[in-house]
Amino acid sequence: MPRATFRITRGSGESAAFKDYTTDVSEGMVVLDAVHQVQAESAPDLACRWNCKAGKCGSCSAEINGKPRLMCMTRLSDLDLSMRVIIEPLRAFPHVKDLVTDVSWNYRVKQRIRPFKPRKPDAPDGTWRMQQSDVDRVQEFRKCIECFLCQDVCHVLRDHHKHEEFAGPRHFVYAAALEMHPLDVEDRVGDLRGKDGIGYCNITKCCTKVCPEHITITDNAIIPLKERVVDEFYDPLTRLFRIFRPRKPEAGS
Amino acid sequence: MTDYKTHEHDVLIIGAGGAGLRAAIEASAAGVSVGVVCKSLLGKAHTVMAEGGVAAALANVDDRDGWKVHFADTMRGGQYLNNWVMAELHAKEAPDRVRELEAWGALFDRTKDGRILQRNFGGHKYPRLAHVGDRTGLEMIRTLQDHGIHRGIEFYMEHTVTRLLKDGERVVGAFGYDRERGRFRVFRAGAVVLATGGIGRAYKITSNSWEYTGDGHSLAYHAGADLMDMEFVQFHPTGMVWPPSVRGILVTEGVRGEGGRLVNNRGERFMFNDIPDLYKNQTAKDAEEGWRYVTGDKSANRPPELLTRDHVARCIVREIKAGRGSPHGGVFLDIAWIKEKIPNAPEHIRKKLPSMYHQFKELAGVDITAEPMEVGPTTHYAMGGVRVDGVTQMSTVPGLFAAGEVAAGLHGANRLGGNSLSDLLVFGKRAGEHAAAWAKEHAAPAPVEGQVRDAAAAALAPFDRASGENPYTIQHDLQDMMQDKVGIVRTESDMASALDGLSALRRRSANTRVEGNREYNPGWHTALDLENLLTVSEAVARSALDRRESRGAHFREDHPSKSDEYARHNTVVSRASDGSMRLRREALAPIRDDLKVVIAENNA
Repeated sequence: MPRATFRITRGSGESAAFKDYTTDVSEGMVVLDAVHQVQAESAPDLACRWNCKAGKCGSCSAEINGKPRLMCMTRLSDLDLSMRVIIEPLRAFPHVKDLVTDVSWNYRVKQRIRPFKPRKPDAPDGTWRMQQSDVDRVQEFRKCIECFLCQDVCHVLRDHHKHEEFAGPRHFVYAAALEMHPLDVEDRVGDLRGKDGIGYCNITKCCTKVCPEHITITDNAIIPLKERVVDEFYDPLTRLFRIFRPRKPEAGS
Repeated sequence: MTDYKTHEHDVLIIGAGGAGLRAAIEASAAGVSVGVVCKSLLGKAHTVMAEGGVAAALANVDDRDGWKVHFADTMRGGQYLNNWVMAELHAKEAPDRVRELEAWGALFDRTKDGRILQRNFGGHKYPRLAHVGDRTGLEMIRTLQDHGIHRGIEFYMEHTVTRLLKDGERVVGAFGYDRERGRFRVFRAGAVVLATGGIGRAYKITSNSWEYTGDGHSLAYHAGADLMDMEFVQFHPTGMVWPPSVRGILVTEGVRGEGGRLVNNRGERFMFNDIPDLYKNQTAKDAEEGWRYVTGDKSANRPPELLTRDHVARCIVREIKAGRGSPHGGVFLDIAWIKEKIPNAPEHIRKKLPSMYHQFKELAGVDITAEPMEVGPTTHYAMGGVRVDGVTQMSTVPGLFAAGEVAAGLHGANRLGGNSLSDLLVFGKRAGEHAAAWAKEHAAPAPVEGQVRDAAAAALAPFDRASGENPYTIQHDLQDMMQDKVGIVRTESDMASALDGLSALRRRSANTRVEGNREYNPGWHTALDLENLLTVSEAVARSALDRRESRGAHFREDHPSKSDEYARHNTVVSRASDGSMRLRREALAPIRDDLKVVIAENNA
């Protein structure tokens, strides 16, 4: 059976270092299988996150040969196994141990985004009517599996560490899903401009490239949100109209 | 003196899948303090994998549907071993629970008139599953998560509970550790809700992730609760079989709901060869009628691919054993063939089954719009679990509740697809509501130091041994044995030898050794999970041994027919005072007369 070598980050903090592990490779294997094999054979305390193993839960995010990817969706047959395969933890978040990072910041950011607020129900029985086309418009954003690869690759977070001022691509996708939700009446545009710091994004589209769900993050989520910010805050005519505009409809329960 | 941190809540919920989150939302709405402990990060639980949809008799697509039909379908699917109180509540309350999700932001696919669209699924008489393409579970868990984080609930992510704490007969909290640092935690609570999901990791081929080691089942059992119906383990008929590394990953029943057909290596649509009597008058006569059914013709009956999961799984096993399987030991599931029936079939398939398309393309290099998939049965779901009161979800131990997969009763001998997502909404809500009510009247006393000390010592034992076995090896051996001896086709002698094997594994697991320290150490976690896997495996094997008949998901080669003798009781196991597992047969509660009529009407 052919064998391959995996160079994996081990340890935590200052003492973290690469360690090489060689293991058998069989047909159809993905990087996560190799990590599990190493765990069972020679490194039982090797820390990594995983759950579904089918690209649906977004737990096993890592950097493979320098690229942010899901380990469960990266087939060994797509990598050059004549060289060591390098597996590292995400870089935009504090390192915990081995391949695990502290991603709790993402959960805190999400919590501060204004939640879904529906319009009043359309029917007397308390239900709504929506067209499939309205639903389809936001499905792309709702596919997000929260793997945080987009956050990892975004230079505003990765290189400039603007975690306090910038929500990151994942949360712009989340905000877009809410803003374009057919029933939602909440207004998040001021927050996007303010505490979410959408202005920091300079549309390098790195997030779109790494998204395992193929969400067109920049073009479909971030740019339309930026346009809303511009319309609301910087367009002189809109600013004038806003003074006279009727208030948004009241929310339902 | 054990070093630990204490957290206090009125209601502690263990597990953050659909049932745990729904319970947490309900309990917090009742004004009590709620803590949720989950083994993984929030939003990663197995609910995320559910694909097909959530069953609720909304009657948006077929107005002949209603709670009575859903109730009758669930009872028939469960071969009448179901707790009928739960089946009735479930059928009546599921529609409201689904509509409520919409009010919290979930977006389901729509009918032409703008209401929630519903699709066909195995064992459901009418199109009943509200869905979003084939990623309904993700939509549900994200909706519950995003709603829940604004309710003042405390989440303990990546924490594992290893023991429940008791005060006399009552459960008053839990002991566990945090994964990141391995520090001990004591949770004091007036009520504890188990929502830990299933036991799939007891088997080699499973759709379940590493988390599903039967923790809740085992915690409840060791706290003195009854486990019921443990012999009924659902093997989903269609898991991936190739490549080896993805073996077991789920292929949604939605593929068959959209017209997918099962074919053997002779090109024969073998499901037409064996249709059970209970379903004869509801199954299509030929392929043509089957196609009319999946395309919405109300006068047509369902194709045999949409028979219940237990039956389809057995038919597939039979084809494989008879040498009519696919190259990698499965059978073929073909959706590409619908191009004979509709224009732009590839586009239609990608739209209706996007994540299946993605999954096969990326993991197996198969384009499902052009070629058939290879599929075979995979361990998917435990019908059995903690025996609960149908109304309150309280177990036989005061203060301990259970909801979702970890609870028994709703599904009887076999669960219908789509009934698990509705189960976790309906009974997650009920568990949260009743746990909150209980906690308001029963404050948590301080934990008993002796119990905490014992739990801590047990958790640290694998570090203390100078030598011992690798826990991964024991886990793999257990999975191989359960797959082999207590799998889809069972016999007396296999299961007796499995029980011997479990005793041997138990001796080995008492002697594991782990390397490294307590910080995020999967070897240690695997060693601690072994106790749970061994407990649930023994419960499954003992219960399966005692049921000398074939019913629902439980198939005995040595007793291949249903028996009236076994139609009248549930199998219950509990922990005897000497620590051994005790089994008893618990008579079914007599079903209410009006519900009998409902069943009779729907069987006509």
